[in-house]
Amino acid sequence: MSVISHSNEASSHGNADAHGHDDSHGHGHPEIGFMKKYFFSIDHKMIGLQFLFVGLAFFVIGGLLAMLVRWQLGFGGHPVPILGAYMKAKGVAGWGDGTMPPDFYTMAFSMHASIMIFFVIIPLLVGTFGNYLIPLQIGAGDMAFPFLNGMAFWSAVPSGTIMVASFFLQGGAAAAGWTVYPPLSAIQQSTGHVPYIASAGLWDSFIQKLRVHEGGGEIAAKGDPTKAGVAVRTFTGDSEKITAGALIAAMELITEDGVAKPLKFFGDAKIDSSSPKQVVVKKSNGDTVTVDVSSTSATGGEIKITSLSTTAAESARNAAANRLRDRTMKSAEKGWQSSWNGASLVINFFTLFMAFMFIASYFIRLGSRAVNVPVSIAVCLVLAYYFLHGVQHAAFDGQSAWFLSIIILGFSSIMGAVNYLTTIVKLRCPGMTMFRMPLSVWSLFITSILVLLATPVLASVLTMNLLDHHRLTSFFEPFNWLNSNQLQDVAGGGYALLHQHLFWFYSHPAVYIMILPAMGMVSDILSVNSRKPIFGYRPMVYAMGGIAFLGFIVWAHHMFQSGLNPTLGTTFAISTMFIAVPSAIKTFNWIGTLWGGNIRFTAAMWNAIAFVSMFVIGGLSGIFMASTAVDVHIHDTYFIVAHIHYVLFGGTMFGIFGSLYFWYPKMFGRMMNETLGKIHFWLSFITFNCTFFAMHILGIGGMPRRVYDPHAYETFAHFLPMNKFISISAFALGISQIFFVINFIGSWIWGPKAGNNPWEASTLEWNDTTSPPPHGNFKTVPVVHHGPYEYSSPLVEEDWLAQTRHVEGAEQFAHVGH
Amino acid sequence: MTELATDLHPNKALAHHFTDMPQQREAVTLGMWLFLATEVMLFGAIFLAYTVYRHQYFDSFRAAGGHLFVSFGTINTCVLLTSSLMMALAVHAAHQGDSKKIVRYVLLTILFGAIFLGIKMTEYVIDTREGLVPLNGWWKAQSPDLRVDREMRLFFVFYFTMTLLHAIHMTIGMAILAVIAWFAHRKRFSAEDYNPVDVTGLYWHFVDIVWVFLFPALYLVHPEMHLFK
Repeated sequence: MSVISHSNEASSHGNADAHGHDDSHGHGHPEIGFMKKYFFSIDHKMIGLQFLFVGLAFFVIGGLLAMLVRWQLGFGGHPVPILGAYMKAKGVAGWGDGTMPPDFYTMAFSMHASIMIFFVIIPLLVGTFGNYLIPLQIGAGDMAFPFLNGMAFWSAVPSGTIMVASFFLQGGAAAAGWTVYPPLSAIQQSTGHVPYIASAGLWDSFIQKLRVHEGGGEIAAKGDPTKAGVAVRTFTGDSEKITAGALIAAMELITEDGVAKPLKFFGDAKIDSSSPKQVVVKKSNGDTVTVDVSSTSATGGEIKITSLSTTAAESARNAAANRLRDRTMKSAEKGWQSSWNGASLVINFFTLFMAFMFIASYFIRLGSRAVNVPVSIAVCLVLAYYFLHGVQHAAFDGQSAWFLSIIILGFSSIMGAVNYLTTIVKLRCPGMTMFRMPLSVWSLFITSILVLLATPVLASVLTMNLLDHHRLTSFFEPFNWLNSNQLQDVAGGGYALLHQHLFWFYSHPAVYIMILPAMGMVSDILSVNSRKPIFGYRPMVYAMGGIAFLGFIVWAHHMFQSGLNPTLGTTFAISTMFIAVPSAIKTFNWIGTLWGGNIRFTAAMWNAIAFVSMFVIGGLSGIFMASTAVDVHIHDTYFIVAHIHYVLFGGTMFGIFGSLYFWYPKMFGRMMNETLGKIHFWLSFITFNCTFFAMHILGIGGMPRRVYDPHAYETFAHFLPMNKFISISAFALGISQIFFVINFIGSWIWGPKAGNNPWEASTLEWNDTTSPPPHGNFKTVPVVHHGPYEYSSPLVEEDWLAQTRHVEGAEQFAHVGH
Repeated sequence: MTELATDLHPNKALAHHFTDMPQQREAVTLGMWLFLATEVMLFGAIFLAYTVYRHQYFDSFRAAGGHLFVSFGTINTCVLLTSSLMMALAVHAAHQGDSKKIVRYVLLTILFGAIFLGIKMTEYVIDTREGLVPLNGWWKAQSPDLRVDREMRLFFVFYFTMTLLHAIHMTIGMAILAVIAWFAHRKRFSAEDYNPVDVTGLYWHFVDIVWVFLFPALYLVHPEMHLFK
C-alpha cells in the first residue's frame, strides 16, 4: 500500500519533472542508435517483439520436426520427402533408402518437444506477452530492470543456437526425450568426444604433478605420445595398484585402432604371479599382451616400466594411434573439438558475440563512439572465443548441448521472472491496485512466481545431469548400470528416480507456466469481445493462485509408473484432482462472461473460444491420467500425447494466436486481416481436432508413445489407417499455419492503420497511449479509477469505460475491485 | 519522501521509469530478494539430493565425512562470518554516505573472502593428494566393498559440487564487490543513493548463509570429528 500512496503523491508533480530530468542526463529518446533500438534494446516493447520473432522462428523448426515424427508414424518405411533424398545424397548413415532411421526418429520427437516447450511456448507466452503487456497494462514506463530484461533476451539467443547446433554435432541432437531421464540421458552420443580428463589441460597437469609426487597408482597418466609403446613411468606404493596405474599410462597407447580409450583396461590389469616382472593385460578384443616391468628398488617397491613387449605391427598401430591422439588432444586444448562443425561454430560464435556486445554497449564507456565501438568489438570477440571454447567442452554431443542450452535458458527465465514480479509489485501507476489489474497481468504475476521458484530447481538438476553426462559425477547414475551390455564403470550410487522427482518439481509447475498466461490473456479477449465485464474477477484471480499452489504439490503424478510408492501415488492423485476445482471455476467464469454478451466474433475471439473449449477437453483427459488405476493402462500411450497437445496446442497455442490477433494492432500499429485470420483459425481448429482427438483412441487402444515403428507389433498393426489419418491431418495443420504467416507479414506491410483503441477496450494500453506506444509508454502518468473490465457501463455513452476515465458514481456500478 | 525526491532532481541515479528514489530503492531491494529466493531454490535442489543420499547411505556418508578437515571448515566459517561483518559495516557506512569507509570495509570483505577461498583451495589440494577427487583416475578406493566405495565417492561428488558452486558464487560476489569499491572510490554513492552497496550486501550475506548450512551438512556429519588430524 505504501507504494501506491507515494506513487500517488508523486504523480501530481512527478511527470513533468520526470521528463525534464530525463532529457538532461542522456536517457533521451531521440538519439538511440540503430543497434540499440532494434538489437541491443532495453525497451520492454522491443524485447517483447524480439522474443516474438525468435519464438515464431522456433515454432517453424518445432513444427517441421513434428511433421517428421508424423511421417514416420503414418508412412514409416516410405522415403521421407525432401529430407530423405538429401540425407541419402549426403550418404548419412542409416538413410540408405531415404527412410528414417530409428535414432533419427528418437531425436526428432525429443527435439520437437524440447523446442516447442522451451523455445516456443515459454518465449512466446512469458517472453513476448510478459514483456509487452505488463508495463503497458499497469501504467509503468518500462520494466523495473530494463538492462536485466535485455540480458534475459540475449542469454536466450545463444541458448537457442546451442540447441539448434546440437542437430549438427556428431551423433545428432538429444534423443532421450524432453524429460531427459537418466541413465538414458547419461549415454554419450558422440564417439569423437575427447575424454574430459585428457582435455582438462592445465588442471590435469597440475594434478599429475601432485599425484606423481604422492606416488598413488591410479592416475590416468597420459602417455608420452612421442615414445610409442615405450612409455616410462615411475610409480611407488602397493604393487597391484602400481601396476594398474602404470598400465593405464602405458596401455592407453595400444588400445583399439586409432581411438585412445585410456580407462578401459583398468579392471583387467593383473600381475602375472609366476613372474612379477611381467604383466598380462587383456585387451578389449580378447587378445592378451604381456608387458615387462622391472623393479629397480626393493625397498620402496618402485617399479619402472621400461618397455612393452609388443609386436612390430602393434608398434606401427601404436604410432598411428599416438599421432591421432596427439592431434585430438591438441585440438581439444585449443577448444575446437572435431565434433563441432564449422557452421555451428560460426553461428554460436556470432550469438555469443552479440550477447557480449549487448553488455558492452551499455557498460564500456571510455569516451567517444569512435573509441567505445572498436574496444567493445575487440573485447567481445575475445570473450566470445573463450566462451565458445567452454561451450564446446561442455556441449560435446547433442545431449550435453541440450543440458547446457536449457540451463542458460533457465537463467534467462529467472531474470525475466525477477523483473516481472518487481515491476508488478513496485511500478503500478497511481490508482492501479492489485485488484484493478487486468487478468493478463495477474496471470503473468502468478506465472512469474512459479518461474521464480521452479526454474532454479531445473537449473540445479540439469547441471547435475550435465556433470553426470560428462562422467564427472554420478548424482543420478545407479550402481552397476549397463549400457549395451557394457558396465558403466564410472557411475554408481545415484538414484534415477531422484532426478524424476526434482525434474518434475520444476516441470509440473512449468505446465502451468505454459497455460496460465494464456488463461489471463484469453480472459481479456473474452471480456472485450463479449462487451461484458469478466464474470467473477476475484474468483478468477484466486483460481489462478490455487492452480499455482496446487501445481507445486502434484509433481509425482508423472511418476506413477516409475516405481513410486503406491501410497504416495494416492496422495498425489488426490492433490492432482483438486486442480479440477480452480480450473472449473475459471471455465465457468469464461462461459459466464460469454453468457448474454454482445459477442463480436473476431479472429481473436474465435481463438479465445477455442482455447476455452479445447482446455476443457485437455483438462478432462488430465483427470484420467491423475487416477492411479487408470494411469496404469494409459501411461506412456498416445493418450498422454493427446492430453498434452490438447492443453498446450489446443489451449496455449490458440491462446497465443488469439493474443497475437488481439494485440497485433498495438504492437505494429496495423490491423491484421480478419478474413485470413478466420481462415487460419478454422483450418487450424478442424485439423487440430482431427489430429489429436484420434490420439485418445489410439491411447486407449494401448499404442505406446516414443516407439519408432509401433505397427511392427501385431497388437498395434491395425492402428496404421488411424495413424495415416492423423498424419495427414497433422500435415494439413502445419500447412494451415501458412495463412498465419501471410497474415502476419502482409498486415505489417499492407494492413490498415490501427487506431489507438481498435477493439474499444478499457485497459490502459488501449486508452492512454498510441499504437505502437512510444519509448516510455505514456506521455503522462495514467491515474486509474476503475477495474479493467468496465464494459456496457450505464454511466457513459460508449459501451466501454476506460480505466483512467473518471466518472462520478462509477464506484457503485463497478463490478470489480475498489 | 516525495519532497525529498523532487529536491533531488535532476538526479542521475534515478532511472526514467521510476517516479522517485524510494520507489527505485524498494524495487531494487525487492528484485534482489526475489533473486535470492531463486538462489535458495537452486541450492535447495542439491541440498535435497544430498539429504536423500545421506539418509540412504547413512554409514558410508558418515565415514566419508571423516575425511574432511573440521579444523579448516571451522576456520573458514569464522573467516566468512567476519567478511560478512565487514560487509555489514560497509553497508552501514553506505547508509551514512561515507565513501572512504565503504572502500575500506568492502576491501576487507574481499580480503576475507580471498582468505576463505585460499583455505578452500588448500583443502582441495589435500583432498586431491589423498585421492578423494571423485573422478575416474583420481579417486583412490576407500573401501574394499565396491558398493560402499561408490557411496563414499558419491559423498565427495556432493562435497565438491556444493563447495565449488558456493565458491563460484563467492568469486562472482568478490568481482561485484571490487566494482563497488571502485565506484565508492569515485564517490558514486551518497546517503540517498547507496542501492548497489545495499543489494550486494544482501547477496554476500546470502552466500555466507549457504556456507553456514554447508559446513554442518558436510563437515560435522561423522561421529568422531577430527579437529586436528
